[in-house]
Amino acid sequence: MYRRITDPKGSTVAIHFEGQRLQVPANETVAAAILAANPGYTRTTVVSGDKRAPYCMMGTCFECLMEIDGVQNRQACMTTVADGMLVKRQMGKREMPE
Amino acid sequence: MVVGGGLFGPATAYGLRQQGLDTVVLDDGDDVLRAARGNFGLVWVQSKGIGMHRYHAWSRESAHLFADFAAELKEASGADIAHRNDGGMHLLLGENEREQRQRDMDIMRQQAGADGFECEIIEREEVEKMLPGVRLGDDVVGASFSKHDGDVNPLKLLRAINGSFQHMGGRYRSDCRVENIRHDGSAFIAETKNGSFTAPKIVLACGHGITKLAPMVGLDTPIVPQRGQVLVTERAEPVLGMALGTVRQTDEGTVQIGNTEEEADFNDGTTLDAGQAMARRAVTIFPQLAGLRLIRTWGCIRVLTPDKCAIYDESEQYPGAYVATSHSGVTLAAVNARHTAKWIATGETPPGFEEFSAKRFKTEGSHVSAHH
Repeated sequence: MYRRITDPKGSTVAIHFEGQRLQVPANETVAAAILAANPGYTRTTVVSGDKRAPYCMMGTCFECLMEIDGVQNRQACMTTVADGMLVKRQMGKREMPE
Repeated sequence: MVVGGGLFGPATAYGLRQQGLDTVVLDDGDDVLRAARGNFGLVWVQSKGIGMHRYHAWSRESAHLFADFAAELKEASGADIAHRNDGGMHLLLGENEREQRQRDMDIMRQQAGADGFECEIIEREEVEKMLPGVRLGDDVVGASFSKHDGDVNPLKLLRAINGSFQHMGGRYRSDCRVENIRHDGSAFIAETKNGSFTAPKIVLACGHGITKLAPMVGLDTPIVPQRGQVLVTERAEPVLGMALGTVRQTDEGTVQIGNTEEEADFNDGTTLDAGQAMARRAVTIFPQLAGLRLIRTWGCIRVLTPDKCAIYDESEQYPGAYVATSHSGVTLAAVNARHTAKWIATGETPPGFEEFSAKRFKTEGSHVSAHH
């Protein structure tokens, strides 16, 4: 279980994760905001289909790939939340663009 | 003993082990130039050997041996190298590229004579049929297609060869850069900072390291560095279902975009200009790629002979000392494991093998060509 070690201060925004509405601090990354909601996993791997969640939180490991506002494979740890953002798990390979 | 832990060395060493020879591979450290870890992964025949048909036929033979080789490696090492051999295309942008490719193919068909050269220009409509679900850019006029071409995952190939070699009892020593080679009258002695190694036969297959070592065994091997840069995208669902010359989608979904041919001495860095040019061409061929993110780029130093064809030599001064090198370590891995190893183990050579000697540069040095 993840929990915040300090109470969030300042303004918040609403994001949507797999149909769930989350009210989160406005300055957080998508990865932190979703981890705090204990999502279980945030993507499945391309090669073996294993379930994964954000790991390094600094843009290196690519474990946090998610679909954000309709764009697949975005690094959730490098993306700041925004009001109304739609976030989904990245399931395996992204589609080839049209 | 085999000097070099890239692809030429281990493939040959694996074959030597199959021939029953007690074999050790002497490798350098991780921080040296590693052509075998930066390449494109093609098992490529159609453009190989312009000016030297023997090299074309050698590449083609290796491509034919690859399916069995891959199966053998999987059994010994457990690693699947993702070998595809259902043909390959080099996509052509505009009439100039088509004409240039046609001219090269005419030369290769003529030099092949009765041995044959199987590659054809196909029209855009044919390309579309061969790549279902892919949108071609407007400037794609067609492609040269060869049924002999294919590809592998090159890193898995390297791991599979090394794993199989060691599984069969071959020995591998890393951090053993050979500094000096002596011959004591009965055997070669290779001196490294981690000890000396002695064997009746020595194979130099260490890329640019050959330049320093070959003269110690009486061989002259003229090779030069050439840089190739590659761009790699994020993984996406596989749609490019065939080996392609400069835009290849791997078994795991990444799209590799290649590759430059630059003179940069031994600088294996990357440049923005080259990256832009490669990306522009890739997007012109496949507009869909514009929506994929690039996640990596690298430069790697090829081991290039003056005519871009392989060199295989045995020393006349020191019989038992061999050189084997080419920039096509992936394509030639299968034939090196079979025929090159047999040549070193038994002296038996395939017909016309002497054409691969570096002596060709002494007699024909005045018209060394630089086609690709």
